[in-house]
Amino acid sequence: MSGHSTYVPKSNAGKWLEERLPIISLMHSAAVSMPNPRNLNYWWVFGGIAMFMLIVQIVTGIILAMHYTPHASMAFNSVEHIMRDVNWGWMLRYTHSNGASMFFIAVYIHILRGMYYGSYKAPREVLWLLGMLIYLLMMATGFMGYVLPWGQMSFWGATVITNFFEVVPFIGDDIRTLLWGGFAVDSPTLNRFFSLHYLLPFVILGVVVLHIWALHVPGSNNPLGIEPKTKQDTMSFHPYFTMKDLYAIVLFAILLFYFVFFNPNFMGHPDNYIPANSLVTPAHIVPEWYYLPFYAIVRAIPDKALGVAGMFGAILIMFVVPWLDTSKVRSAKFRPAYRIFFWIFVVNGLLLGYLGQVNTTDDFLGIHGITNLLISRVGTIYYFGFFVVILPVLGLIEKTKPLPNSISEAVLGVEGAAEEAAEMAVATKAKA
Amino acid sequence: MNNLKQNITSIARKTAIALLVVTSVSGSALAAGGSIEGAPEPAHIDWSWAGVFGTFDRAQLQRGYQVYKEVCANCHAMDLVKFRNLSEPGGPEFSEAAVKALAAEYEIEDGPDAEGEMFMRPREPKDAMPAPFANNNAAKSSNGGALPPDLSLIAKARGHFSFKDMFMGRDGLTGGSNYLYNLLLGYEDEVPEYILAHDEHTNEMGKEADPNFTEEHFELGDSNFNNFFEGYKIAMAQPLDDDYVEYTDGTVATLEQQAEDVASFLIWAAEPKMEIRKSIGIKVLLYLIILAGLMYAVKRRIWENVRH
Repeated sequence: MSGHSTYVPKSNAGKWLEERLPIISLMHSAAVSMPNPRNLNYWWVFGGIAMFMLIVQIVTGIILAMHYTPHASMAFNSVEHIMRDVNWGWMLRYTHSNGASMFFIAVYIHILRGMYYGSYKAPREVLWLLGMLIYLLMMATGFMGYVLPWGQMSFWGATVITNFFEVVPFIGDDIRTLLWGGFAVDSPTLNRFFSLHYLLPFVILGVVVLHIWALHVPGSNNPLGIEPKTKQDTMSFHPYFTMKDLYAIVLFAILLFYFVFFNPNFMGHPDNYIPANSLVTPAHIVPEWYYLPFYAIVRAIPDKALGVAGMFGAILIMFVVPWLDTSKVRSAKFRPAYRIFFWIFVVNGLLLGYLGQVNTTDDFLGIHGITNLLISRVGTIYYFGFFVVILPVLGLIEKTKPLPNSISEAVLGVEGAAEEAAEMAVATKAKA
Repeated sequence: MNNLKQNITSIARKTAIALLVVTSVSGSALAAGGSIEGAPEPAHIDWSWAGVFGTFDRAQLQRGYQVYKEVCANCHAMDLVKFRNLSEPGGPEFSEAAVKALAAEYEIEDGPDAEGEMFMRPREPKDAMPAPFANNNAAKSSNGGALPPDLSLIAKARGHFSFKDMFMGRDGLTGGSNYLYNLLLGYEDEVPEYILAHDEHTNEMGKEADPNFTEEHFELGDSNFNNFFEGYKIAMAQPLDDDYVEYTDGTVATLEQQAEDVASFLIWAAEPKMEIRKSIGIKVLLYLIILAGLMYAVKRRIWENVRH
């Protein structure tokens, strides 16, 4: 995060600290003086929104933990105690449960934005890897958080997911026993999930710091996918982007709080208001919506071990995207064919999400003879095909459009950019 | 070329939106239940509390409590609801004196006292609603092997949270109250014709018989037929009918009236903070919308001289 700071301590205390620990100049360079491409569009606000959601989750979660009891016979009622008797407990709990969904929405858009504009390409591979690590940690944290209310879906979701580990060769049984803390999902499982659910968000926070650090070395990508060349191509982070991000965060908060106050159970499952019962299996075990595409993939593959490998592979393959994509051009703006495959990928992801929560044997949208299973398989093939075939091959054969010379030329036109450059030169001279 | 590019983008976008709509609509259609020919349509009640500004009708909640107390509570527990909740704002809002009297109608075991003995005392507002059975096994053996579920959260544990309710600005809880209302009205003395016709129909189509629609499946035995219960066979006998309770406020106790009252009461029992949730929600959203407007104005001002 070095290199951009224009921070000069004014007070003696500031100078004293700066010589010993330059933390203020570090934060200054990260959030104030950092040069950002001037042409960022609103798809670039979701990183800040995700950061905001992480903080919302940590704050509400810490307070909820003060009132929650991680024990098989008490967890369900302790959540209801929060809902009924703790001052503002219902608001904290609904904010936390809906906040998890909103965090995932922001992160999914953030990831897709990176894919559309090729933000993972050199020199931003480490930035992408750290982002994927955050996503993986979020999946684990979200899953364990959903177990804590100890309703029917909590219990049976935990049972289904932990049983996936059984297919790991040689040590699968041991892994599962370790996750359970016994020989079935029970109080010890709940206890360790609670402990880890409290720990992992702080790990995420740590990786977010690294993610931001890795962002500040190459700087943000932008809709054109070309690097800023002159000062003219960038604006300082503050006030331009701090203000834009804040505005977007407030808009996103409106969406979050609509759900919290007017439809708080919309993204939950009714069965989770039934206390966990190991003797009664729910008719349909459905994971949280943000896992549904991956759940569709595991069900689409006929062999259990392969299915589980496919499900984890579907997440892990995202890590190597920077090396699968062979195109020299970053932004889909200049890649007409990629753009089409990208949008099919998005639609396919939504489709798999839908398929993850319906009966595999039923007809797809009521079309006779075409089962959900069949469409799931087609969707799964496209999902993997996008990464292992389309990304590498397309980069080699696609005829891309010509890139503009610079960001400011694309924004202002050639003459406008020259004019502005001249103005800036005059201004600098006048200052000198 | 540019036009072509825009067209492709716009087609891709429209496809994505269309697919999103299709999946959500079909999702809620599936949630609404099977589409068997001749089956009665579930009713959708216009609940007083459903809208963004909706609040409970106190008199209705008090009537609903009466139905619960005189009918449901004979078999169903309601562990999470305390007597004191009945006088709290946003609920039936009985007076505190009335709640004290209601609680004192039941006893609870307390102790041990100074001599180490357990003793019985009248319930107080701090105590939970009384459970009709000592434990689940006792409840099962008195109910032909079926366990009457606790009613504290039943309204949120049934029914689905649908997109349609969301777009209509209705509280997602209406899925649960409509389900309970229809269930209470959905009893039939015999297996109705449409069920058996469905079996014949699948036979005619040459499809494999649906094991859930054969005559053997519908030999009711000790269970009862209900149009709106999953699988149609329900252990609970029809709990309500016209004039099962005599309302103290003089309201005519039709079956529909009692079902509506008790369904609203169970929504309150499951979500006692609904009223405060909505009234604060309106203030929060208004605040955020105004704040967003101010933020936008500041943002525009800052970016005024920057082309981007």
